[in-house]
Amino acid sequence: MILISTVIVAIMLLAAVAALLFKNHVAAVAAVGILSLALSVLFVILKAPDVAMTEAAVGAGLSALVLALGLRRLGLWQIESSNSTQSSIQKSGEHTDA
Amino acid sequence: MRNLASLLFAGGLGFLLMVFGLQFDFGNAPMLVGQAIQSAAPEQVGAANIVTAVVLGYRGIDTLGELAILFAASTAVGLILGHRHTSTKPDPDSGLILRAGGELLMPLLLVVGLYIILHGHLTPGGGFQGGVILAAAFFIPVLARPSTPLKHTGMMLIEGFSGAAFILIGLAALYSGGEFLQPLLDKGTLGNLVSAGTLPLLYLAVGLKVGAELAGLLAHLAAAEVSES
Repeated sequence: MILISTVIVAIMLLAAVAALLFKNHVAAVAAVGILSLALSVLFVILKAPDVAMTEAAVGAGLSALVLALGLRRLGLWQIESSNSTQSSIQKSGEHTDA
Repeated sequence: MRNLASLLFAGGLGFLLMVFGLQFDFGNAPMLVGQAIQSAAPEQVGAANIVTAVVLGYRGIDTLGELAILFAASTAVGLILGHRHTSTKPDPDSGLILRAGGELLMPLLLVVGLYIILHGHLTPGGGFQGGVILAAAFFIPVLARPSTPLKHTGMMLIEGFSGAAFILIGLAALYSGGEFLQPLLDKGTLGNLVSAGTLPLLYLAVGLKVGAELAGLLAHLAAAEVSES
C-alpha cells in the first residue's frame, strides 16, 4: 500500500511541476486536474471515500471548469476558425512572456 | 535570487511536512470520538454512511451554515460581475471534441449526480458532491456552446425552494418536539434506499441547492464582460 501511495504522490508532484512549466495554458489546467484526481485516489487509500469524492468533483471537475472559464475570459484560450490560428498562437506566446 | 528564495522556501516546507508526516502511522488515524459515533450512529440515525449521519444528523446546523456561506459567495459573485452588455456578441462555439463530449457527458453526469445525491445516506457521497456534479452537467453545454446560455430564473427558483425546504424540514423537527434539524420519520431498515428518516430529503435539498447555486455562479462567470485587450 505504501508503494502505491508513493507512486501516486510522485504523479501528483509531476503534475504540479508540469502545471508550472507548461507554456500551453489549457495543458496547465489539465495538469492541475490530474493533480486533484491523483489526490482523490490517495484519499481512497487513506479510507476517506467521501473526501475523495468531494476532491474528484470539486478539485478535478469544477475547479478545472472554473480555470478553463477564466482562461477564456482572459483571452488565453481562444477558439478560432482555422484562418486566424496563427495570430492566436502569436498572441498566447506574448501572454506567456509577459 | 527570487527563484532561489522560492526554492529554499519550498524545500523547507517540504522538509517540515515530511517531518510531521513521519510522526503519524500512515493510514491509521487515532480515532477517539469516531469510534463512539460509529457504534451509536446506525441505531440513532439509521444511515449506513456514517459521514452522512454526522453531517446531517449530529451536525445539521453546520451544514446549514455551509449552505449560507455558499449562498453569500454566489450572491457576491452575482453582484460584482454584473451583466454582459446586450450589444456584445457571445463567444464563438468550442471545437468539435468539447461539443460532442459535452453532449455525451451531460446525461451521464445528470444520472451520476442524482445517484450520488439519492444514495448519500448509503454510500460515500451526498448532497455536496452530487450537487457539484449536477452543476458541472449543466455547465459543460455552456462551455461548449456559449451562444446558448443557462436560464437564470429557473436556477434561482430551484435554489430558493430547496434552501427553504431544508430549513422547513429542520423547523418541522423543532415543531414536533425535537431539536432543530433532528432526523424525523421512520428509520427503516439499515441499508435500504428508503431509510434514515428525513436524511435523504435533506440531502436532496442540499444537492439541488448546491447544484443550482454553482451552475448559476458559473453561468454568471461565463456571461461576464470580456475585457478589451
